[in-house]
This record gives sequence, C-alpha cells and structure tokens, in this order.
Amino acid sequence: MTKTLALTGNEAGAYAIKQIDPDVVPAYPITPQTELMQTFSQYVADGAVRTEMILVESEHSAMSAAVGAAAGGCRVMSATSANGLALMWEVVYIAASFRLPIVLAVVNRALSGPINIHCDHSDSMGCRDSGWIQLYGENPQEVYDNMIQALRIGEHRDVLLPVMTAHDGFITSHTVERVDVLEDDRVKKFLGEYKPRHPLLDTAHPVSYGPLDLQDYYFEHKKQQAEAMKNAKRVILEVGREYGELSGRPYGFFDEYQTEDAEFIVIALGSTAGTAKAAVDLMREGGEKVGVIKLRVFRPFPAPELVEALSGAKAVAVLDRSEGFSSIAGPVFQEVRSALYRKSDIPVSAYVYGLGGRDITPEMITGVFGDLKSGRFHEEQGCHLGVRE
Amino acid sequence: MSEKAPGWKELPIGGVIVHAGNSFEYETGDWRAQRPVLDKEKCIDCLQCWVFCPDGSILVEDEKMAGYDYQHCKGCGICAHTCPVDAIEMVSEEKISDVEFDEWGVKQSSSGDGGQD
Repeated sequence: MTKTLALTGNEAGAYAIKQIDPDVVPAYPITPQTELMQTFSQYVADGAVRTEMILVESEHSAMSAAVGAAAGGCRVMSATSANGLALMWEVVYIAASFRLPIVLAVVNRALSGPINIHCDHSDSMGCRDSGWIQLYGENPQEVYDNMIQALRIGEHRDVLLPVMTAHDGFITSHTVERVDVLEDDRVKKFLGEYKPRHPLLDTAHPVSYGPLDLQDYYFEHKKQQAEAMKNAKRVILEVGREYGELSGRPYGFFDEYQTEDAEFIVIALGSTAGTAKAAVDLMREGGEKVGVIKLRVFRPFPAPELVEALSGAKAVAVLDRSEGFSSIAGPVFQEVRSALYRKSDIPVSAYVYGLGGRDITPEMITGVFGDLKSGRFHEEQGCHLGVRE
Repeated sequence: MSEKAPGWKELPIGGVIVHAGNSFEYETGDWRAQRPVLDKEKCIDCLQCWVFCPDGSILVEDEKMAGYDYQHCKGCGICAHTCPVDAIEMVSEEKISDVEFDEWGVKQSSSGDGGQD
C-alpha cells in the first residue's frame, strides 16, 4: 500500500533521503534548499535514519566530504542551490572524474549577481559539462521519484557517475502538493545494497584516488566518462521502467503531453512544463493542435529520441530558463537544434524566460504557440520572453 | 606516449591506481632544474633529509645517508633547506659536470664548495 502525503518539493526530497537512508550526508544551508536539509536533519535527530550527517563550513567542503565518503565506499547524498553549487564547482568535476555515484539535489535558483534567491536554471545549467547526469523534476512527486531512481542510475556498474536531481526553487521546493510515497522496505529493496567499485576502506585491496594524470592517461579517463554517459541512457530507461512497475509511475527521457497529433510543440524543463500543459489545455479547447515535451533528462541528452518525438511537428519552441550568454540563445535550444541538424528541417524557435524567478503564465506560452503558428520564429538570437523593453 | 600503454577499455576507471607502489615506475627526475649534492664530510647522518623529502628520494644504507635517487628526485631543495649542517648543496643541472660526485650524488672531493641555497 502506498501512502499519500502533502509535501513541499523540499519535504518530498527529504522524505526520499530518509527512506534511502544513505551512509553519509554532508550539507550546508542555502536558500531555497535549506528546508530540504533542515527537514532531513530532523529525521537524523529523531533517529529515523542511520546516516552520518556532516555539517560542514561551506559547500566546497560539503562536496569534498561527499567525495571523500563516496571514495571510502559510502552511499552519499547532499543538496544545494545556486551559489552553493558554484562554490562546490571544483569538486563537482572531481566527483564525476572519480566516478563516484553521489546524488545531489539542486534546488534551482538564479546565480548571483545581481543577488537573487528565486528560480532559474543558471546554476545547474552551468554544470552541464561537468560529467554529472541531470534529471529535472516538475513537481514534488517527481522530486521524490527522481531522487530514488538517481541512486540506481548512478550506482549501475556501467555508469558510475554522480547524478543531479533538479527542481525549481520556491515554485516546486516550497509548494505543497500530494505525493504518493512507497513503503520504506520497497524503496530499500528497489535500491539494493550498494557495492562500491574501489572503496578506500577496503584495506585488503588498497587503491589511490586522485593521482596526477597527465598527457599519457587523462584522455583515456575522459573517454571512459563519455562512454559511461552513453551507457547511462540505457540504464535510465531500465530504471525508469522498473520504477514504473514498482510505483505505477514509469519514467523515460521526457514526457509527451498531447504531442501525438500536435503541429506545434513547446519543450520545457521543470515546473514550466506544468504551466505549458495548462496552456495546451486552453488551446486544445479551441481546437488547436499543440503539445508539450517535458524534458526530464538533460544529461545525457536524448537527441535521437527527441528527433523522433518531434517528427510530426511543423515547428518547435524551446523555453530556456537560463541565458547562456552565447549570443545564440539558451543551452536547451542549442542541444535541441543540434539534435535536429540534418535529421529534420522544422524551425526551432528560441525563448529565454523566467530569469531570477520572473513569472511565466499560461498566456505567455499561448503567445509562444501563436508565434509558431504565424511563422514568427526566433531562430538565431532568441526571444527574451517577459523582459521589459 | 608509450605504444604499450593500455587503452580506455583496459584502464581502471576514475583514474584510480589499483596496484600500490607504482609511483616507483613513474620517473620524475627529468623535472629537476637543480640537483642536491651531498658533502659526506659534513653530513652527520641525522637523516632529517630522509624525513622531509616529499618523494622518498633520499637513499639510506645501514641507517646512514647514502645519496639520492636521481630517477625520482624533482630537485625541490627541501633536503638542502632542512639539513642542519649545510651538507647539501643545490647545484644547477647546467653546471653539474663541474662538480665531481659519484653515481649517488655524493661529492668526491671537498674542492669547489659553493654557497648554500
């Protein structure tokens, strides 16, 4: 029997970590992640978990402690946001290159400056080339589901990569919704016992982590990471299917909403996908053939699968909640258009929206569909949706 | 880059070294710009150089300072800085032919004393 709880996104994340009961959780508070670890620390204080929680002096230390514990052979989780993730930066890459399947909840918040505490994806998008798998959740239910699956994905022998599970700061993190949770023992059984590949604490098989790796070997180690990221595609689907059998909620690379006969499709990440679905519902009442693709997995990027999903569309709009400052629109747009290159000639229109928590409404997305329908494409520099002139 | 070096499919992942002690096989002596040279007449065999050497490049025989492992010594100069009796001199590799020393870097005569670094 599953239970239904009323939880914020952050509480759903904390509840997942409680059921996972990881060996070590190093953490440092930062808005809007704070509530997640605060809730989890109460579970620690209550003795509901056996986790060793380490309250460190900074996020750089949090990720360093995570790397140390994971290299030791522990199952390790943490959470952060924005500038906290930025302070982890150096060690974020090291976690991936050491092949340590740490799971980090990133509660998306705009990076300073100017200082801002509200949602955009500039923090996690900055990590897109760090070698971490990235899953984006729309609502508290997906926060919970993604965090449980993240461990299974990262710990798979063919993957062994760290995983970021992202959800939108304040919008998802602080909004109470219904969340169906699994029983503790079913979560435990789904995860299984973690068998680390090269644990430092296995003194019968001593290993060294982090030796100098120069012209003669570094390239081979990067190739291994790249191949592991390719393997992750298969594992993400396997785990998503198995999780579906367990929970009734199967997961893939992305969700398609009303795309079967859709002429115009919007691609979005996180909570905005929910807003876009509301826009689609409004327009479908008027007979418009529109749909939404909610991208769940950004790393690895599901390029051929997206091409297939877009094959029936006349035009697509990509909504980016971060400005890549590339002068050719945001990071999701670039990946989508690159995926379509020489596979399809449909126009891909670029929108950057919602920076620093600027609201996005169903009407704004209806307007995006209107642009697509009337052939007003932003194909080169993109449109900043909702900015004041 | 050696032809024999293993490819990405064979290497342990994560840059992990799974065979202990293989740093001995990685020769770092050619990083050196200056080499330590020992004046055995001054040396009191206190072995502080052995304690402080970050690379295990001080050779010891019968509990006495016996010279250097130049295949691995990077020439950092910590031994010379640590030596309490100024028995170790850092000599530029360019000038090394001017100094008489044996294969372990022990000076064979007291002539040509240079200043301490």
